[in-house]
Amino acid sequence: MIRRHPQIDSEGRLRHLLSIDGLPKAMIERVLDTASAFLDVSGRTVKKLPLLRGRSVFNLFFENSTRTRTTFEIAAQRLSADVFNLNISASSASKGESLLDTIDNLAAMNADLFIVRHAQSGAPFLIAQHLDERGKDVHVVNAGDGRHEHPTQALLDAYTIRHFKKDFTRLRVALVGDILHSRVARSNIHVLTTLGVPEVRAIGPATLLPAGLEAMGLQVFHDIRRGLEGVDVIIMLRLQNERMRGALLPSAQEYFKHYGLTADKLAYAAPDAIVMHPGPMNRGVEIDSAVADGPQAVILSQVTFGIAVRMAVLGMIAA
Amino acid sequence: MVEKAPRELPSDLPSIDAEAAYRSLLSGLRSTLLAENRTPVLVGIHSGGAWVADRLQADLGLSTPVGYLSSAFHRDDYGRRGLPANIKPTTLPVDVEAADLILVDDVLFTGRTARAGLNELFDHGRPARVELAVLADRGGRELPISARFVGAHVALNAPAQLVLAIDTHGHFSFRLET
Repeated sequence: MIRRHPQIDSEGRLRHLLSIDGLPKAMIERVLDTASAFLDVSGRTVKKLPLLRGRSVFNLFFENSTRTRTTFEIAAQRLSADVFNLNISASSASKGESLLDTIDNLAAMNADLFIVRHAQSGAPFLIAQHLDERGKDVHVVNAGDGRHEHPTQALLDAYTIRHFKKDFTRLRVALVGDILHSRVARSNIHVLTTLGVPEVRAIGPATLLPAGLEAMGLQVFHDIRRGLEGVDVIIMLRLQNERMRGALLPSAQEYFKHYGLTADKLAYAAPDAIVMHPGPMNRGVEIDSAVADGPQAVILSQVTFGIAVRMAVLGMIAA
Repeated sequence: MVEKAPRELPSDLPSIDAEAAYRSLLSGLRSTLLAENRTPVLVGIHSGGAWVADRLQADLGLSTPVGYLSSAFHRDDYGRRGLPANIKPTTLPVDVEAADLILVDDVLFTGRTARAGLNELFDHGRPARVELAVLADRGGRELPISARFVGAHVALNAPAQLVLAIDTHGHFSFRLET
Protein backbone atom coordinates (compact mmCIF):
# COMPACT_ATOMS: atom_id res chain seq x y z
CA MET A 1 0.00 0.00 0.00
CA ILE A 2 1.30 3.45 -0.86
CA ARG A 3 0.86 5.78 2.10
CA ARG A 4 -0.27 9.24 1.23
CA HIS A 5 1.97 12.06 2.42
CA PRO A 6 0.16 13.26 5.56
CA GLN A 7 0.36 16.92 4.55
CA ILE A 8 -2.03 16.51 1.59
CA ASP A 9 -5.60 15.34 2.27
CA SER A 10 -7.59 12.89 0.16
CA GLU A 11 -9.02 15.77 -1.90
CA GLY A 12 -5.57 17.16 -2.71
CA ARG A 13 -5.73 20.07 -0.26
CA LEU A 14 -2.95 21.17 2.04
CA ARG A 15 -3.78 19.79 5.49
CA HIS A 16 -0.41 20.24 7.24
CA LEU A 17 2.83 21.81 6.05
CA LEU A 18 5.58 19.41 7.08
CA SER A 19 8.17 19.44 4.28
CA ILE A 20 8.84 20.85 0.84
CA ASP A 21 9.89 17.34 -0.16
CA GLY A 22 6.67 15.79 -1.44
CA LEU A 23 4.92 19.10 -2.07
CA PRO A 24 3.72 19.30 -5.68
CA LYS A 25 4.86 22.22 -7.83
CA ALA A 26 1.29 23.46 -8.29
CA MET A 27 0.83 23.60 -4.51
CA ILE A 28 4.05 25.60 -4.06
CA GLU A 29 2.96 28.02 -6.78
CA ARG A 30 -0.43 28.37 -5.14
CA VAL A 31 1.18 29.33 -1.83
CA LEU A 32 3.27 31.97 -3.62
CA ASP A 33 0.24 33.35 -5.52
CA THR A 34 -1.85 33.47 -2.36
CA ALA A 35 0.97 35.21 -0.50
CA SER A 36 1.07 37.97 -3.09
CA ALA A 37 -2.61 38.68 -2.41
CA PHE A 38 -1.84 38.94 1.32
CA LEU A 39 1.15 41.23 0.87
CA ASP A 40 -0.79 44.51 0.90
CA VAL A 41 -2.71 43.75 4.12
CA SER A 42 0.03 45.46 6.17
CA GLY A 43 -0.66 48.70 4.28
CA ARG A 44 -4.41 48.80 4.91
CA THR A 45 -6.33 50.90 7.41
CA VAL A 46 -7.47 47.64 8.99
CA LYS A 47 -4.43 45.33 9.06
CA LYS A 48 -6.41 42.22 9.85
CA LEU A 49 -8.44 39.71 7.89
CA PRO A 50 -11.13 37.57 9.52
CA LEU A 51 -10.21 34.17 8.06
CA LEU A 52 -8.94 32.58 11.30
CA ARG A 53 -11.30 34.43 13.63
CA GLY A 54 -12.08 32.25 16.62
CA ARG A 55 -9.30 29.74 15.81
CA SER A 56 -6.57 28.93 18.33
CA VAL A 57 -3.01 28.80 17.08
CA PHE A 58 -0.38 27.35 19.41
CA ASN A 59 3.27 28.18 18.87
CA LEU A 60 5.10 25.10 20.16
CA PHE A 61 8.76 25.95 20.14
CA PHE A 62 10.68 23.07 21.67
CA GLU A 63 13.79 24.89 20.43
CA ASN A 64 14.17 28.64 20.83
CA SER A 65 13.69 31.01 17.92
CA THR A 66 12.36 34.46 18.66
CA ARG A 67 12.28 35.61 15.06
CA THR A 68 10.47 32.70 13.42
CA ARG A 69 8.02 32.51 16.31
CA THR A 70 7.30 36.23 16.04
CA THR A 71 6.69 36.13 12.28
CA PHE A 72 4.26 33.22 12.72
CA GLU A 73 2.58 35.12 15.53
CA ILE A 74 2.18 38.24 13.40
CA ALA A 75 0.87 36.19 10.46
CA ALA A 76 -1.69 34.38 12.66
CA GLN A 77 -2.79 37.63 14.31
CA ARG A 78 -3.19 39.37 10.95
CA LEU A 79 -5.64 36.55 10.18
CA SER A 80 -7.47 37.24 13.49
CA ALA A 81 -6.46 33.98 15.21
CA ASP A 82 -5.91 33.75 18.95
CA VAL A 83 -2.23 32.96 19.39
CA PHE A 84 -0.71 31.17 22.36
CA ASN A 85 3.05 31.02 22.78
CA LEU A 86 4.23 28.06 24.79
CA ASN A 87 7.77 27.99 26.01
CA ILE A 88 7.84 24.22 26.01
CA SER A 89 11.56 23.84 26.58
CA ALA A 90 11.08 25.45 30.00
CA SER A 91 7.93 23.61 31.02
CA SER A 92 6.40 20.18 30.46
CA ALA A 93 9.24 18.63 28.49
CA SER A 94 11.69 19.43 31.25
CA LYS A 95 9.36 17.79 33.76
CA GLY A 96 9.54 14.55 31.83
CA GLU A 97 6.28 14.62 29.89
CA SER A 98 6.49 12.85 26.54
CA LEU A 99 6.05 14.82 23.31
CA LEU A 100 2.79 13.11 22.39
CA ASP A 101 1.35 13.53 25.89
CA THR A 102 2.06 17.26 25.59
CA ILE A 103 0.32 17.28 22.19
CA ASP A 104 -2.72 15.37 23.49
CA ASN A 105 -3.08 17.83 26.34
CA LEU A 106 -2.92 20.84 24.07
CA ALA A 107 -5.33 19.24 21.57
CA ALA A 108 -7.72 18.74 24.50
CA MET A 109 -7.62 22.52 24.97
CA ASN A 110 -9.31 22.75 21.53
CA ALA A 111 -6.29 23.89 19.57
CA ASP A 112 -6.83 24.31 15.82
CA LEU A 113 -3.26 24.69 14.67
CA PHE A 114 0.18 23.82 16.01
CA ILE A 115 3.28 25.60 14.76
CA VAL A 116 6.13 23.31 15.75
CA ARG A 117 9.86 23.95 16.07
CA HIS A 118 11.80 20.96 17.34
CA ALA A 119 15.45 19.92 17.55
CA GLN A 120 14.57 16.40 16.39
CA SER A 121 14.13 15.81 12.66
CA GLY A 122 10.68 14.43 11.96
CA ALA A 123 8.98 15.64 15.16
CA PRO A 124 6.27 17.61 13.27
CA PHE A 125 5.57 14.50 11.13
CA LEU A 126 5.16 12.42 14.25
CA ILE A 127 2.79 14.99 15.76
CA ALA A 128 0.70 15.31 12.57
CA GLN A 129 0.41 11.55 12.17
CA HIS A 130 -0.52 11.13 15.82
CA LEU A 131 -3.26 13.78 15.57
CA ASP A 132 -4.60 12.31 12.32
CA GLU A 133 -4.69 8.80 13.83
CA ARG A 134 -6.61 10.12 16.80
CA GLY A 135 -9.07 11.82 14.44
CA LYS A 136 -8.19 15.28 15.74
CA ASP A 137 -8.88 18.12 13.34
CA VAL A 138 -5.68 19.96 14.24
CA HIS A 139 -3.27 21.23 11.62
CA VAL A 140 0.52 21.21 11.98
CA VAL A 141 3.07 23.57 10.45
CA ASN A 142 6.74 22.65 10.63
CA ALA A 143 8.67 25.73 11.74
CA GLY A 144 12.00 23.89 11.55
CA ASP A 145 12.85 20.34 12.63
CA GLY A 146 16.42 19.31 13.38
CA ARG A 147 18.53 19.12 10.25
CA HIS A 148 15.51 18.09 8.21
CA GLU A 149 13.39 20.95 6.84
CA HIS A 150 12.23 24.52 7.34
CA PRO A 151 9.49 24.68 4.71
CA THR A 152 8.13 28.20 5.31
CA GLN A 153 11.66 29.63 5.04
CA ALA A 154 12.09 27.92 1.66
CA LEU A 155 8.70 29.21 0.50
CA LEU A 156 9.52 32.78 1.49
CA ASP A 157 12.91 32.43 -0.21
CA ALA A 158 11.13 31.22 -3.36
CA TYR A 159 8.72 34.15 -3.09
CA THR A 160 11.65 36.58 -2.79
CA ILE A 161 13.42 35.04 -5.80
CA ARG A 162 10.25 35.18 -7.88
CA HIS A 163 9.67 38.80 -6.85
CA PHE A 164 13.12 39.92 -8.00
CA LYS A 165 13.88 37.45 -10.80
CA LYS A 166 10.41 36.48 -12.14
CA ASP A 167 11.35 33.27 -13.96
CA PHE A 168 12.86 30.30 -12.09
CA THR A 169 13.73 28.39 -15.23
CA ARG A 170 16.64 30.60 -16.30
CA LEU A 171 18.41 30.99 -12.96
CA ARG A 172 21.69 29.99 -11.39
CA VAL A 173 21.31 29.84 -7.62
CA ALA A 174 24.14 29.31 -5.13
CA LEU A 175 23.77 28.10 -1.54
CA VAL A 176 26.82 29.10 0.45
CA GLY A 177 28.05 27.80 3.80
CA ASP A 178 27.02 25.12 6.25
CA ILE A 179 24.76 22.96 4.12
CA LEU A 180 25.45 19.85 6.20
CA HIS A 181 23.59 21.08 9.29
CA SER A 182 21.12 23.37 7.53
CA ARG A 183 17.41 22.55 7.32
CA VAL A 184 17.02 25.80 5.37
CA ALA A 185 19.39 24.48 2.69
CA ARG A 186 17.57 21.16 2.47
CA SER A 187 14.17 22.82 2.03
CA ASN A 188 15.63 25.31 -0.42
CA ILE A 189 17.16 22.59 -2.58
CA HIS A 190 13.74 20.92 -2.83
CA VAL A 191 11.87 24.14 -3.56
CA LEU A 192 14.34 25.33 -6.19
CA THR A 193 14.51 22.03 -8.06
CA THR A 194 10.71 21.59 -7.90
CA LEU A 195 10.20 25.08 -9.34
CA GLY A 196 12.51 24.27 -12.24
CA VAL A 197 15.74 26.13 -11.39
CA PRO A 198 18.19 24.52 -13.85
CA GLU A 199 21.40 25.18 -11.92
CA VAL A 200 21.71 24.95 -8.13
CA ARG A 201 25.21 25.18 -6.69
CA ALA A 202 26.47 24.24 -3.24
CA ILE A 203 29.51 26.17 -2.03
CA GLY A 204 31.38 25.45 1.20
CA PRO A 205 34.25 23.63 2.87
CA ALA A 206 34.20 19.84 2.48
CA THR A 207 33.51 19.44 6.22
CA LEU A 208 30.20 21.36 5.90
CA LEU A 209 28.84 19.78 2.72
CA PRO A 210 26.89 16.53 2.98
CA ALA A 211 27.60 13.61 0.69
CA GLY A 212 25.22 13.01 -2.20
CA LEU A 213 24.64 16.60 -3.31
CA GLU A 214 25.67 15.74 -6.89
CA ALA A 215 23.12 12.93 -6.91
CA MET A 216 20.47 15.56 -6.13
CA GLY A 217 21.55 17.45 -9.24
CA LEU A 218 23.65 20.08 -7.50
CA GLN A 219 27.07 21.34 -8.57
CA VAL A 220 29.56 21.38 -5.71
CA PHE A 221 32.31 24.00 -5.27
CA HIS A 222 34.87 24.45 -2.52
CA ASP A 223 36.25 27.65 -4.08
CA ILE A 224 33.65 30.38 -3.52
CA ARG A 225 34.91 32.58 -6.36
CA ARG A 226 34.51 29.83 -8.92
CA GLY A 227 31.19 28.83 -7.43
CA LEU A 228 29.74 32.34 -7.59
CA GLU A 229 30.73 32.93 -11.22
CA GLY A 230 27.67 34.17 -13.09
CA VAL A 231 25.08 33.27 -10.43
CA ASP A 232 21.81 35.24 -10.22
CA VAL A 233 20.88 34.44 -6.63
CA ILE A 234 23.14 33.88 -3.60
CA ILE A 235 21.63 32.29 -0.51
CA MET A 236 24.00 32.66 2.42
CA LEU A 237 23.54 30.25 5.31
CA ARG A 238 24.16 31.06 8.93
CA LEU A 239 27.28 29.54 10.43
CA GLN A 240 26.30 28.20 13.81
CA ASN A 241 28.86 28.98 16.49
CA GLU A 242 28.84 25.44 17.84
CA ARG A 243 30.37 24.21 14.56
CA MET A 244 33.53 26.03 15.46
CA ARG A 245 33.91 23.89 18.58
CA GLY A 246 33.29 20.62 16.75
CA ALA A 247 36.59 20.68 14.82
CA LEU A 248 34.74 21.22 11.53
CA LEU A 249 36.32 24.65 11.11
CA PRO A 250 39.55 26.20 12.31
CA SER A 251 38.12 29.61 13.32
CA ALA A 252 35.53 32.24 12.42
CA GLN A 253 38.25 34.46 10.96
CA GLU A 254 39.53 31.64 8.78
CA TYR A 255 36.00 30.87 7.62
CA PHE A 256 35.33 34.51 6.78
CA LYS A 257 38.55 34.70 4.77
CA HIS A 258 37.55 31.75 2.59
CA TYR A 259 33.74 31.74 2.56
CA GLY A 260 32.55 35.07 3.96
CA LEU A 261 30.69 37.03 1.29
CA THR A 262 32.64 40.21 0.64
CA ALA A 263 32.27 42.76 -2.16
CA ASP A 264 35.22 41.32 -4.08
CA LYS A 265 33.75 37.79 -4.00
CA LEU A 266 30.27 39.10 -4.87
CA ALA A 267 31.78 40.71 -7.98
CA TYR A 268 32.13 37.20 -9.48
CA ALA A 269 28.33 36.81 -9.55
CA ALA A 270 26.07 38.35 -12.19
CA PRO A 271 26.00 42.16 -11.83
CA ASP A 272 22.31 42.09 -10.85
CA ALA A 273 22.62 39.10 -8.50
CA ILE A 274 20.62 39.29 -5.29
CA VAL A 275 22.01 38.31 -1.87
CA MET A 276 19.74 36.50 0.58
CA HIS A 277 20.18 35.31 4.17
CA PRO A 278 17.63 33.55 6.38
CA GLY A 279 18.88 35.38 9.48
CA PRO A 280 20.10 35.90 12.05
CA MET A 281 23.28 37.07 10.29
CA ASN A 282 26.78 36.77 11.71
CA ARG A 283 28.45 39.86 10.28
CA GLY A 284 32.13 39.28 9.76
CA VAL A 285 31.67 35.49 9.77
CA GLU A 286 29.55 34.47 6.76
CA ILE A 287 28.82 37.93 5.38
CA ASP A 288 30.56 41.29 5.34
CA SER A 289 28.57 44.33 6.49
CA ALA A 290 29.26 46.12 3.20
CA VAL A 291 27.39 43.32 1.36
CA ALA A 292 24.68 42.81 4.00
CA ASP A 293 23.81 46.51 3.83
CA GLY A 294 24.60 46.89 0.13
CA PRO A 295 22.26 47.43 -2.83
CA GLN A 296 22.17 43.76 -3.83
CA ALA A 297 21.02 42.50 -0.41
CA VAL A 298 17.30 41.65 -0.21
CA ILE A 299 17.47 40.29 3.33
CA LEU A 300 14.87 42.66 4.81
CA SER A 301 12.50 42.01 1.87
CA GLN A 302 12.70 38.33 2.85
CA VAL A 303 11.43 39.25 6.32
CA THR A 304 8.50 41.27 4.93
CA PHE A 305 7.56 38.58 2.40
CA GLY A 306 7.88 35.98 5.17
CA ILE A 307 4.80 37.36 6.94
CA ALA A 308 2.68 37.18 3.75
CA VAL A 309 3.93 33.66 2.94
CA ARG A 310 3.11 32.44 6.46
CA MET A 311 -0.33 34.07 6.24
CA ALA A 312 -0.87 32.18 2.97
CA VAL A 313 0.17 28.86 4.53
CA LEU A 314 -2.03 29.35 7.61
CA GLY A 315 -4.94 30.56 5.46
CA MET A 316 -4.64 27.56 3.12
CA ILE A 317 -4.42 24.85 5.76
CA ALA A 318 -6.78 26.13 8.44
CA ALA A 319 -10.03 26.07 6.45
CA MET B 1 -6.03 18.22 -7.31
CA VAL B 2 -9.03 17.04 -9.24
CA GLU B 3 -11.20 19.73 -10.73
CA LYS B 4 -14.69 18.85 -11.71
CA ALA B 5 -15.47 19.76 -15.30
CA PRO B 6 -18.50 22.05 -15.52
CA ARG B 7 -21.55 20.28 -16.88
CA GLU B 8 -23.63 22.17 -19.39
CA LEU B 9 -27.27 22.33 -18.46
CA PRO B 10 -30.14 21.28 -20.73
CA SER B 11 -30.98 23.84 -23.39
CA ASP B 12 -34.54 24.46 -22.16
CA LEU B 13 -33.19 26.85 -19.51
CA PRO B 14 -33.58 30.54 -20.30
CA SER B 15 -30.80 32.06 -22.36
CA ILE B 16 -29.60 35.47 -21.24
CA ASP B 17 -28.31 38.02 -23.71
CA ALA B 18 -25.28 39.44 -21.86
CA GLU B 19 -24.68 42.16 -24.48
CA ALA B 20 -28.26 43.44 -24.19
CA ALA B 21 -27.91 43.41 -20.39
CA TYR B 22 -24.68 45.39 -20.69
CA ARG B 23 -26.28 48.02 -22.92
CA SER B 24 -29.13 48.40 -20.47
CA LEU B 25 -26.75 48.70 -17.50
CA LEU B 26 -24.63 51.28 -19.33
CA SER B 27 -27.57 53.48 -20.30
CA GLY B 28 -29.02 53.35 -16.77
CA LEU B 29 -25.70 54.37 -15.25
CA ARG B 30 -25.08 57.07 -17.85
CA SER B 31 -28.41 58.82 -17.34
CA THR B 32 -28.24 58.62 -13.54
CA LEU B 33 -24.67 59.92 -13.29
CA LEU B 34 -25.56 62.76 -15.66
CA ALA B 35 -28.71 63.68 -13.72
CA GLU B 36 -26.86 63.54 -10.39
CA ASN B 37 -23.73 65.24 -11.75
CA ARG B 38 -21.40 62.57 -10.33
CA THR B 39 -18.07 61.10 -11.30
CA PRO B 40 -17.81 58.04 -9.08
CA VAL B 41 -14.99 55.51 -8.98
CA LEU B 42 -15.95 52.08 -10.31
CA VAL B 43 -14.69 49.11 -8.31
CA GLY B 44 -15.04 45.72 -10.00
CA ILE B 45 -15.18 42.51 -7.99
CA HIS B 46 -12.75 39.91 -9.44
CA SER B 47 -13.08 38.40 -11.99
CA GLY B 48 -16.36 38.99 -13.87
CA GLY B 49 -17.10 42.27 -12.11
CA ALA B 50 -13.65 43.55 -13.07
CA TRP B 51 -14.39 42.95 -16.79
CA VAL B 52 -17.72 44.75 -16.52
CA ALA B 53 -16.15 47.67 -14.62
CA ASP B 54 -13.34 48.01 -17.20
CA ARG B 55 -15.84 48.25 -20.06
CA LEU B 56 -18.16 50.65 -18.20
CA GLN B 57 -15.22 52.90 -17.35
CA ALA B 58 -14.27 53.22 -21.03
CA ASP B 59 -17.86 53.67 -22.27
CA LEU B 60 -18.76 56.20 -19.56
CA GLY B 61 -15.51 58.12 -20.14
CA LEU B 62 -14.72 58.29 -16.44
CA SER B 63 -11.33 59.83 -15.68
CA THR B 64 -10.47 57.92 -12.50
CA PRO B 65 -9.00 54.45 -13.10
CA VAL B 66 -11.05 51.39 -12.14
CA GLY B 67 -10.41 49.70 -8.79
CA TYR B 68 -10.44 45.92 -8.34
CA LEU B 69 -11.65 44.09 -5.31
CA SER B 70 -11.09 40.55 -4.09
CA SER B 71 -13.89 39.11 -1.99
CA ALA B 72 -11.81 36.01 -1.08
CA PHE B 73 -10.59 37.16 2.33
CA HIS B 74 -14.06 37.93 3.67
CA ARG B 75 -16.08 35.06 2.30
CA ASP B 76 -18.36 33.35 4.80
CA ASP B 77 -17.82 29.90 3.25
CA TYR B 78 -14.06 29.85 4.02
CA GLY B 79 -14.59 27.20 6.71
CA ARG B 80 -16.24 24.87 4.16
CA ARG B 81 -14.40 25.64 0.95
CA GLY B 82 -11.05 27.08 2.04
CA LEU B 83 -9.20 29.78 0.16
CA PRO B 84 -9.86 29.78 -3.59
CA ALA B 85 -6.95 29.31 -5.98
CA ASN B 86 -5.69 32.31 -7.96
CA ILE B 87 -6.73 35.04 -5.55
CA LYS B 88 -6.24 38.33 -7.32
CA PRO B 89 -5.19 41.20 -5.06
CA THR B 90 -7.36 44.20 -4.26
CA THR B 91 -6.04 47.33 -5.96
CA LEU B 92 -7.73 50.64 -5.35
CA PRO B 93 -6.66 53.70 -7.39
CA VAL B 94 -7.97 56.25 -4.87
CA ASP B 95 -8.16 56.69 -1.14
CA VAL B 96 -11.39 54.97 -0.14
CA GLU B 97 -11.93 57.45 2.68
CA ALA B 98 -14.88 59.70 1.76
CA ALA B 99 -14.93 58.42 -1.85
CA ASP B 100 -18.04 58.02 -4.06
CA LEU B 101 -17.87 54.38 -5.18
CA ILE B 102 -19.90 52.04 -7.35
CA LEU B 103 -19.21 48.37 -6.70
CA VAL B 104 -19.57 46.39 -9.94
CA ASP B 105 -20.24 42.66 -10.24
CA ASP B 106 -21.36 40.34 -13.01
CA VAL B 107 -24.11 38.39 -11.22
CA LEU B 108 -26.06 39.21 -8.06
CA PHE B 109 -27.44 36.06 -6.43
CA THR B 110 -27.33 35.38 -2.66
CA GLY B 111 -25.67 38.72 -1.89
CA ARG B 112 -22.82 37.03 -0.04
CA THR B 113 -20.12 38.12 -2.50
CA ALA B 114 -21.32 41.73 -2.31
CA ARG B 115 -21.25 41.50 1.49
CA ALA B 116 -17.67 40.14 1.41
CA GLY B 117 -16.70 42.86 -1.09
CA LEU B 118 -18.09 45.59 1.18
CA ASN B 119 -16.08 44.24 4.11
CA GLU B 120 -12.94 44.20 1.98
CA LEU B 121 -13.64 47.80 0.90
CA PHE B 122 -14.09 49.00 4.48
CA ASP B 123 -10.71 47.53 5.46
CA HIS B 124 -9.28 50.35 3.33
CA GLY B 125 -11.31 53.23 4.78
CA ARG B 126 -14.80 54.71 5.13
CA PRO B 127 -16.32 55.63 1.78
CA ALA B 128 -18.87 58.46 1.54
CA ARG B 129 -21.19 56.26 -0.51
CA VAL B 130 -21.16 52.78 -2.06
CA GLU B 131 -23.70 51.66 -4.64
CA LEU B 132 -24.00 48.35 -6.42
CA ALA B 133 -24.20 47.80 -10.19
CA VAL B 134 -24.65 44.30 -11.66
CA LEU B 135 -24.98 42.89 -15.14
CA ALA B 136 -27.59 40.34 -14.05
CA ASP B 137 -29.75 39.97 -10.94
CA ARG B 138 -30.95 36.38 -10.68
CA GLY B 139 -32.87 36.74 -7.40
CA GLY B 140 -32.42 34.21 -4.57
CA ARG B 141 -31.09 36.72 -2.05
CA GLU B 142 -30.00 35.41 1.36
CA LEU B 143 -28.89 38.79 2.71
CA PRO B 144 -30.54 42.25 2.73
CA ILE B 145 -28.65 43.53 -0.33
CA SER B 146 -30.01 45.04 -3.53
CA ALA B 147 -28.40 46.67 -6.56
CA ARG B 148 -29.32 50.18 -7.68
CA PHE B 149 -28.19 49.48 -11.25
CA VAL B 150 -29.19 46.20 -12.91
CA GLY B 151 -28.64 45.19 -16.55
CA ALA B 152 -31.14 42.32 -16.59
CA HIS B 153 -33.35 40.41 -14.17
CA VAL B 154 -33.44 36.64 -14.68
CA ALA B 155 -35.15 33.87 -12.76
CA LEU B 156 -33.06 30.72 -12.29
CA ASN B 157 -33.35 27.67 -10.09
CA ALA B 158 -30.81 27.50 -7.29
CA PRO B 159 -28.25 24.87 -8.42
CA ALA B 160 -27.57 26.46 -11.81
CA GLN B 161 -24.60 28.84 -11.90
CA LEU B 162 -24.67 31.84 -14.18
CA VAL B 163 -21.10 32.41 -15.39
CA LEU B 164 -19.89 35.39 -17.41
CA ALA B 165 -17.40 34.86 -20.24
CA ILE B 166 -15.53 37.44 -22.29
CA ASP B 167 -14.26 36.89 -25.84
CA THR B 168 -11.17 38.35 -27.51
CA HIS B 169 -13.20 41.36 -28.73
CA GLY B 170 -14.36 42.14 -25.19
CA HIS B 171 -17.92 40.92 -25.81
CA PHE B 172 -19.82 39.26 -22.99
CA SER B 173 -21.83 36.06 -22.92
CA PHE B 174 -23.45 34.07 -20.14
CA ARG B 175 -23.37 30.31 -19.77
CA LEU B 176 -25.10 28.08 -17.27
CA GLU B 177 -23.19 25.52 -15.22
CA THR B 178 -23.88 23.21 -12.32
